[in-house]
Amino acid sequence: MSLPPNLPQNAFPDPPGSVASLGPVAIPHASPVLAFNYVTLAFDGPPVLKNISFSVAPGETRVLLGPAGVGKSVLLKLANGLIRPDKGSIQLFGEEISNMPEEQLFPLRTRIGMVFQEGALFDSLTVRDNVGYQLIQENVPDDEIDARVRQILSFVGLERTFAFYPSSLSGGMKRRVAIARAAIRQPELMLYDSPTGGLDPVTSTTIIELIVKERDVHQTPAVLVTHRLQDAFTMCTHYYDQEKAAMLPLPEGQTNSNTTFLMLDEGRLIFDGTIHDLVHSKDPFVREFLE
Amino acid sequence: MAIISIDRTAKQLVLTVQEYSLFAWRAFQNLYRPPIYWTDFLIQSDVIGFGSISIVLLSGFFTGGVLALQSAATLSAFGATAVTGRFVAITMIRELGPVLTGVMVSGRNASSMASELGSMVVTEQIDAMRALGVDPIRKLVTPRIFACITMLFFLTIVADAFGIMGGAFVTVFMNHQDGLQYFSMAWESLRYPDILQGLVKPLFSGYIIASIGCFYGLRTTGGTQGVGRATIQAVVWSSVFIIVADFFLTQILLAIFPT
Repeated sequence: MSLPPNLPQNAFPDPPGSVASLGPVAIPHASPVLAFNYVTLAFDGPPVLKNISFSVAPGETRVLLGPAGVGKSVLLKLANGLIRPDKGSIQLFGEEISNMPEEQLFPLRTRIGMVFQEGALFDSLTVRDNVGYQLIQENVPDDEIDARVRQILSFVGLERTFAFYPSSLSGGMKRRVAIARAAIRQPELMLYDSPTGGLDPVTSTTIIELIVKERDVHQTPAVLVTHRLQDAFTMCTHYYDQEKAAMLPLPEGQTNSNTTFLMLDEGRLIFDGTIHDLVHSKDPFVREFLE
Repeated sequence: MAIISIDRTAKQLVLTVQEYSLFAWRAFQNLYRPPIYWTDFLIQSDVIGFGSISIVLLSGFFTGGVLALQSAATLSAFGATAVTGRFVAITMIRELGPVLTGVMVSGRNASSMASELGSMVVTEQIDAMRALGVDPIRKLVTPRIFACITMLFFLTIVADAFGIMGGAFVTVFMNHQDGLQYFSMAWESLRYPDILQGLVKPLFSGYIIASIGCFYGLRTTGGTQGVGRATIQAVVWSSVFIIVADFFLTQILLAIFPT
């Protein structure tokens, strides 16, 4: 099996006895793209998130695991300032956003791509207008918008849906259009909120393949929220081969070292580590979740 | 238990007023701060203005007709049926035209704004818009307010004109009076302050309709049921506020231009 292009050998060897790793360009000492510091949030009741701290380094993909209702989606909305924390601080691209006025947040958000749980496509607009939404707002010429939309739709394999309305797309197609919309401006950070939730296994694999493709082709750092372990492990054990234009498994015993895991339980971050740490964790909740 | 409930309701009311004030102020500031989404303004002008023309036209015409019927019955007791035109014109232009048009447009458009924006909230389209770096207030609310103010102004003129025509129809064809006399009395009695009064009010009503419709739409919670609730609240409160604002505006305008 050929090694993925542009993917150097892992800079962080795993502990003895564990699997070796592969991953995209790692910048171990670069300042994080996103950092949560002791973030707490409550809505009319007990805290939804309690003292959450973690960071996302350039080129890193963090897979946020946990059962439904533990605050995974809320955490993602905190990451781009759609919700404000009650306590703690959040740094996005080095800027403190927890108290930043909404108007100052808009330019920062244009540097992020976010994929919502159900796609959140604008139902009154065509796929072309949905995907090119940001470009339309920036008054980019129509010809250029068309070209860029076609290019990104081809990236997600949906060129023929250019003139369709979201209502005529299947659930999986809507998620792929949502990925295209999020990725059209080549964002510096991708946020995926349960992109495979409610989809059949084949469509889920297609979505994960797109996420792996975005990670390996553009080296975009990302936070992926999911409760499906299968998706999380696929992210770690596969790479995107540009020559073959397909997602392929990494050689036996190798994993993507820049894809790491976080796990939430009842609003607390109970795990932060590599796939090796995850599968060898002694935490009863992690064990139960894995088994 | 009852005291806790009253306390909670009072706090909720104060919070809503505070939120609405901040929202309305932000939307108002956007009216003159670039970027202004002119395409959205034109689309909304078409939806609000052209879309409401038939209901405004019909309600204006028949209100004028009813005024002529009622006034003729009363005025005939004093032998003053000749002033029907004056009565209809002044009442339509100063009061009924602006208020009725506001209430009719509110029923049609405040509900449509609240349900449209509410549906966008519950399907996360508003969050998606914010995540794409676009301000929903600037993009969705400001063009609606701008369009509603502009269109309500012209719709009120249409309602006034058709109201006077409705009065004329009743006067000529049902009360068998002289049409020329009707129009001449209407024309002679009207003064510029009357017209000014009638045309200032829709500017405020337009702002009330769009800002309340959008406010309740954007704070929708609770799925499709929530959209229904937001729609009802938008129509009820915008209609009530149009009448309340009309009361205070009339007092102010009468103080400025005494009859």
